[in-house]
Amino acid sequence: MPSAARPPRTVRDVVFVDGVRTPFGRARPDGLYAHTRADDLAVKTVRELVRRNALPTDRIDEVAIAAATQAGDQGLTLGRTVAVLAGLPPTVPGYAVDRMCAGAMTAVTSTASAIGVGAQDVVVAGGVEHMGHHPMGASADPNPRFVAERLVAADALVMGRTAENLHDRFPALTRERADAYGVRSQERYAAARAAGRVAPDLVPVALRDPERGWGLATEDEPPRPATTLDQVRDLPTPFRPGGRVTAATSAPLTDGATMCLLAAEDTATELGLTARMRLVSFAYAGVDPALMGLGPVPATERALARAGLTIDDIGAIEINEAFAVQVLAFLDAFGIDDEDERVNPDGGAIAVGHPLAASGVRLMTQLARRFAAQPEVRYGLTTMCVGLGQGGTVVWENPHHEQARENAREQA
Amino acid sequence: MSDDQTTHAERVTHALVRDVALPGGRTLALVTLDNGLDHTKPTTLGPGGLGELRTAFEGLRARAADGGVDAVAVTGKPYYLAAGADLRGVASISDPAQARHIAELGHATYRLLSELGVPTFAYVNGAALGGGLELALHCDYRTVGTDVSALALPEVMLGLVPGWGGCYLLPRLLGVERALELILTRPLANNRMTGADEAVELGLADVALHPADFLEQSLAWTVRVLDGDVIPRRRELDDAATWAAVTTAARDRLDARLHGAAPAPYRALELVAAARDRTRDEAYAAEDDALTELLMSDELRAGLYAFDLTTRKARTPAGAPSAELARPVRAVGIVGAGLMAAQLAVLMARRLRVPVVMREIDDERAAAGRDAVRRQVEGMAAKGRISQDEAARLLASITVGTDLGVFAGADLVVEAVTEVMKVKQQVFAELEEVVAPDAVLATNTSALSVSEMSAHLRHPERVVGLHFFNPVAQMPLVEVVRTEGTSEQTLATAFAVAKDLRKTAVGVADRPGFVVNRLLLRMLADVAGAVEQGTPVTTADAALRPLGLPMGPFALIQLVGLPVALHVLDTLHTELGDRYPLSPGLERLAAERRRVVPEPDGRGAEQSVDPGIQEVFGTPGDAPALDEQGVRDRVLAGLAQEVGLMLDEHVVPGPEQIDLGMILGAGWPFHLGGLTPLLDRSGWSERVIGRRLHPRGVADVPA
Repeated sequence: MPSAARPPRTVRDVVFVDGVRTPFGRARPDGLYAHTRADDLAVKTVRELVRRNALPTDRIDEVAIAAATQAGDQGLTLGRTVAVLAGLPPTVPGYAVDRMCAGAMTAVTSTASAIGVGAQDVVVAGGVEHMGHHPMGASADPNPRFVAERLVAADALVMGRTAENLHDRFPALTRERADAYGVRSQERYAAARAAGRVAPDLVPVALRDPERGWGLATEDEPPRPATTLDQVRDLPTPFRPGGRVTAATSAPLTDGATMCLLAAEDTATELGLTARMRLVSFAYAGVDPALMGLGPVPATERALARAGLTIDDIGAIEINEAFAVQVLAFLDAFGIDDEDERVNPDGGAIAVGHPLAASGVRLMTQLARRFAAQPEVRYGLTTMCVGLGQGGTVVWENPHHEQARENAREQA
Repeated sequence: MSDDQTTHAERVTHALVRDVALPGGRTLALVTLDNGLDHTKPTTLGPGGLGELRTAFEGLRARAADGGVDAVAVTGKPYYLAAGADLRGVASISDPAQARHIAELGHATYRLLSELGVPTFAYVNGAALGGGLELALHCDYRTVGTDVSALALPEVMLGLVPGWGGCYLLPRLLGVERALELILTRPLANNRMTGADEAVELGLADVALHPADFLEQSLAWTVRVLDGDVIPRRRELDDAATWAAVTTAARDRLDARLHGAAPAPYRALELVAAARDRTRDEAYAAEDDALTELLMSDELRAGLYAFDLTTRKARTPAGAPSAELARPVRAVGIVGAGLMAAQLAVLMARRLRVPVVMREIDDERAAAGRDAVRRQVEGMAAKGRISQDEAARLLASITVGTDLGVFAGADLVVEAVTEVMKVKQQVFAELEEVVAPDAVLATNTSALSVSEMSAHLRHPERVVGLHFFNPVAQMPLVEVVRTEGTSEQTLATAFAVAKDLRKTAVGVADRPGFVVNRLLLRMLADVAGAVEQGTPVTTADAALRPLGLPMGPFALIQLVGLPVALHVLDTLHTELGDRYPLSPGLERLAAERRRVVPEPDGRGAEQSVDPGIQEVFGTPGDAPALDEQGVRDRVLAGLAQEVGLMLDEHVVPGPEQIDLGMILGAGWPFHLGGLTPLLDRSGWSERVIGRRLHPRGVADVPA
């Protein structure tokens, strides 16, 4: 007999269980992954996640994988194809996600929402971008109305020019500050790698090269350790003659994949999965496409407001470094010092690279590692700017924090 | 540079070495075998490739000695570890010194791998055949991709032995019984291959890993082995008594099957038998000797010729018009619903994936036909050869009716009615009234004249023969019979259908018995003739054993059915005359419905003639009774004569098509090259028709 009452709706806590990524490669004809398929990169990360967490694969309710270019070896509904290629049972569904650079972040927030309303229990979310196979925007056909009707400035589709625009908008954002930030990103990444804080996130990837035979990728290729201010001070400004944005203050073109495992907190307990972060809130916001780098500011304001928090409650920030100037704009907006250790202490995309749609989960994976090492931090956030004028922010709670553990005990 | 040039240029497989950093500051040198071509061109090993591999291993040995390398692994380009020795190169070897060089080079190279001084691993990422698998056997440990299905030592099938260490290493690794299964039994059972799961069960590989991250996980497994966290199990050497008992039993099985006909399996067995008590030096020297002799044997050259014929050359049938001329087949009709017709219907529905309509003359026979189709389909489903869904699709796509009008929509109609000319002529005449103007009409006759069958039709150009062999699903051959009038489009359609049915087609002219039945019946006629003239049936039956044919002449008669055999014999006697004499003795046996060999014993033993049937032929006489040699000579002389006539009559363009037919249609062995290489090397072609059928070196050792 059908029940008269509909099932109760309770919002469930969502936890970030684990995240991994491939080593990142330079998107070049002689780059690490020149002969490796994008979907294969994603497959390796899915299999590693399953292996590390001894996950019963038939419990996976969704595989959501992002790519900014959804064609060729990134086409055909990545979430589903990667699930099949990774050997997940045919009963596991999947889909593809695109919000340009915030693809993987959107894969996380969309699937987390499904967990929150009780539609799913365990999901795999991530992203992949092989910028060597798919140069930015190469297959896009922008509607002529964008320009004809001045819907967006002509600059808005060239990310480096939007970065130059930020320098124009905020004269306090000087090239000197940006150069210093870029060099510091390299230094911080090199220190983190030396301290063994990078390797645990990486999934080795077999590399086939018809000329050299099989090899194995175990290290990031983009970083340029030992970069000095002197070396970058006179670099050319490719986006504008006499401009301020250089290769040293921009994320390099990158190939790579990231993947994470999310679960309802009760399911994580049931399956013995570790909760490394607890989702608090998230928000996306639009800004002027010509100033797309400002996106993280309103997105973060919204996400904090929804969580009832202020920036002072945030002890750890992972912000994507598409450009140094865009990070600095965020820091100035929230009154944070350029060298604040709460922000990207292990370096960022300027050093390690930015495989567009994959980067969101790299930020989360790094934040999760910081949470484990810093139980005194209660809240953290991951944020990034998005092409065509968007920002996205996710606020996370550290389950290792005393107060968080106390709350959990009370609920139990 | 074309593949077909007579001087074979080796496609060198390169040995690419790259270092992989392992945890703990260790270095693994990863050797990739890659011939620089895609997965459609298997990696093979010739002198050039072995040389590169040897150089690579020598470099690694030096680095290992200096402590620069902690482990070495070998893997291949996608889908192949290596498909073994370069056979086309082998075929060009013309003197024993070259043969010995290849044997020794393989040993010297592989041996380096097992004596590098650091742990060695084979990551078997794809097919590993012959020398490819032996390369893996020289490593300390082996991983295999779970998708790998082609692991095999096919050497004895071709006429060689696994002589790059296989005969020595395999029985020591797997145990002698399992080794012989891989070295003898499977290659001689149509080269049955071994897959990954079974490889792990047998001990051929230590662990099977998912293909999605096979190399990564092979490396991770390597680290666990190096760290001592995983210790792959190794079995004790079998005791001497087991070794002797197993090899003796294997020899008995070989004798029962081959009667000493092919040298390679016996040499392989000898090497395995002696492997237990030999040092590696002794064993490898014995393998070098065996390889040298076999490489210079006519049996191997015939085997290589047959292999090339049945693999590469079979893909493009001689005399087939351009495939573009073929008419698309979207519906098939089959006239008749007897057993063979039902088999044809199921095959067509399964492979062409089109509706198949069958027609019988009354409801009762139509119902019987329906039952026959259902039994076949359900049988395949019960054996797991097809899924339930596929079974349902087949049953739904095959319909049986009694109205000739069902053929109106068919693009191809195959008649499979009783083998009587008048009946078949009438069927075609009726069909012509109902089928589409451009529909192709085919006959499955085994010996009747296709031309005569189509002589009175308005459109004889659309008639072709499609001669299948029984059982239709298993036998790989189809004879495509063209008449003088068969159009190019009709012929192209027939070849295209054969290809879609995954059969190998041999195009033949419309001459009695085509290729396979004409030669098999010539053999049987000569055997029966000898018996009719006083040769004891047991002598006649045993006479052909030294050839190593799949069965004796009387077992063959029993298999096809004595009445069927006599019917074909009768047709050939009428058409071709006294070369195909009638046999009153066999006719009497048929009339009495007697078996010519005893009921099978259920243990698969070879079936010999029932000595009791001697009575119908009378008491054996003295002269002109023949001994076994005499019968054999008579048969081979007869076959040589018949082949000569067939080539004169242009039944097929050349001897290759005759051999392809005999190998795939009659199961004649590789070591005979089918038939014509045997006739050349035994001198019968020159004695009977005054010339060789192949230049020297094509299917035997070059002069």
